[in-house]
Amino acid sequence: MDTIQVENLRKEFESVTAVDGVSFAVEEGEVFGLVGPNGAGKTTLINMLVTLLNPTAGSATVAGHDIVDERGAVRDSLGIVFQEPALDEELTGAENLAFHGRLYGMDAATRRARIDDVLDLVGLDAERDDPVGTYSGGMKRRLEIGRGLLHRPDVLFLDEPTVGLDARTRRDTWEYIQGLNDDSGVSIVLTTHYIEEAERLCDRVAIVDEGEIVAVDTPATLKGDLGGDVVTMDVSGPIDRLLDDLGTRRWVEEATYSDGSVRVVLERGETRIADLVRIADDAGVTIDAVEHHETSLEAVFLALTGNTIAESEGETQADTADRPAVAVGDTVNGQPPGDPAETARSEPADPGGQS
Amino acid sequence: MNRIDPQSIYALWLRDVKRFLRTPSRIVGSIALPLLFLLFLGTGFSGAAIPGLPENVEYLQFLVPGMVGFTMLFGASFAGMSILSDQEVGFLKEILVAPVSRTSIVLGRIAGGSTTALVQAVLILVLAIPLGFRPTGLLALPLAAVFLVLIAVTFVGFGIALASQFSDTEGFGLIVNFVIFPLFFLSGAMFPIASLPDVIQPLAYLNPLTYGVDGLRAVLVGSAARSVAIDAGALLASSIVMVQLGAALFERVESV
Repeated sequence: MDTIQVENLRKEFESVTAVDGVSFAVEEGEVFGLVGPNGAGKTTLINMLVTLLNPTAGSATVAGHDIVDERGAVRDSLGIVFQEPALDEELTGAENLAFHGRLYGMDAATRRARIDDVLDLVGLDAERDDPVGTYSGGMKRRLEIGRGLLHRPDVLFLDEPTVGLDARTRRDTWEYIQGLNDDSGVSIVLTTHYIEEAERLCDRVAIVDEGEIVAVDTPATLKGDLGGDVVTMDVSGPIDRLLDDLGTRRWVEEATYSDGSVRVVLERGETRIADLVRIADDAGVTIDAVEHHETSLEAVFLALTGNTIAESEGETQADTADRPAVAVGDTVNGQPPGDPAETARSEPADPGGQS
Repeated sequence: MNRIDPQSIYALWLRDVKRFLRTPSRIVGSIALPLLFLLFLGTGFSGAAIPGLPENVEYLQFLVPGMVGFTMLFGASFAGMSILSDQEVGFLKEILVAPVSRTSIVLGRIAGGSTTALVQAVLILVLAIPLGFRPTGLLALPLAAVFLVLIAVTFVGFGIALASQFSDTEGFGLIVNFVIFPLFFLSGAMFPIASLPDVIQPLAYLNPLTYGVDGLRAVLVGSAARSVAIDAGALLASSIVMVQLGAALFERVESV
């Protein structure tokens, strides 16, 4: 059975359609990514799935329970780590977990045992009795992930799990999420606007743009649909002999020549550069420069939407009107999503999603 | 998801109590204003002829129940409105996404807010004794506690209802100036309501705190404008109405 099923889900805020009729399913035990720029509607979508917002139209089930008619059961079966920390900084780590455990109806013995397990799992055992206000950003994130797992949910939602973390903590968090999925088998739904994050973590991704899902598949398939890596070589000499030779190689999908450079489409280009140089050499062709362009989800996003993620963030306005009064949902989306200065400031350590 | 879930109510209560006890500055801050009022009004007007004051009652005796009521009004209203600060730091989402009914959340908030407000009121009462305040007898204290609890429940519910109408803590100052202080001045806490202009007096009788202060005065110093039963009845009614109102408005918060 699919852990999550979404049918034509739609959310309108006054004049703005934040989520425009999306459908997808998340399989049991997979890591599913919602990838798209800030303001694409990812957080609104998550907030509907975790019952914080009512959909305008459409339906969805989480662990088999309807998100509108069976809110209690849905809430019981999910854990969530919000984009912004949702911890009580005056309480200690253990107290935050105990609060959570009580709200989720655990008796004292179960609560104690699980709190110990979870603190051990997220490596915060030594700091369990320190106020959360003294924790670093990475520690808070780990505590929240632990808290999301405390009641053993069927599915864990992670909304932009590494925003605002430094490069090292981000990599640690990735490894942690990966390990978690491997060990516990919990289904994970994460939103991200970091392409690299989606490629590293997700079994399947949905590309979200302007409130719609434009593609759902494994990162490899999505990239494969683009045809693979491209190696370009600036060359001079007997080009035809080179092209003929390349045409006989099984690992070359396509080889073309224009304006003094040969363009070769192939899988895993980085492993074939030496071969390409040798073949060119054998053909008597002189190489002036070689460039390797890896296909990335960034390229997929570009091909599907006509924009890079960064460009989309510069122009989209989808979520600015996201929150009416008493913002129970995502206050984060209340800020203008397209402010490039803000993006630069909050993500000092982007490891470079566009390799 | 039971409508009333004791363990969740306890969790919310425990959190409020821990936060309160852990921050001494918060305790000091919460009782500083009523204490200053008590100190300066109580001594400054000690010999003055306050119009409408019962003859055999000193001003300090008259003032202390009023200041205890004032402490409850502030403490409880702010406790109710703390859902706004929870929202600002994101913690409200953790509560709202849990499998707990909104009613239980409101009851937990009321339990926690009432407890911390009660502690503040008792502190004021105790600190008033060195100033010369003398309650009528030990029996007065449990009866006073009943009134304190009813005042607390009324105004925590009131605070939750207010907070449900605001989207951030920016509105706090406005509420304090245009809602909470008028409630305080119209409650008879500092001077008898009979001294107010005739056009304003009906407003005072719509104010739950009026009955709370009068009831406290009845049990603590044995002097009241109404019978204790009327005060208690009015306050009980207001606490029920405010809890319902707070719960109903908070319920709407979830499904924005």
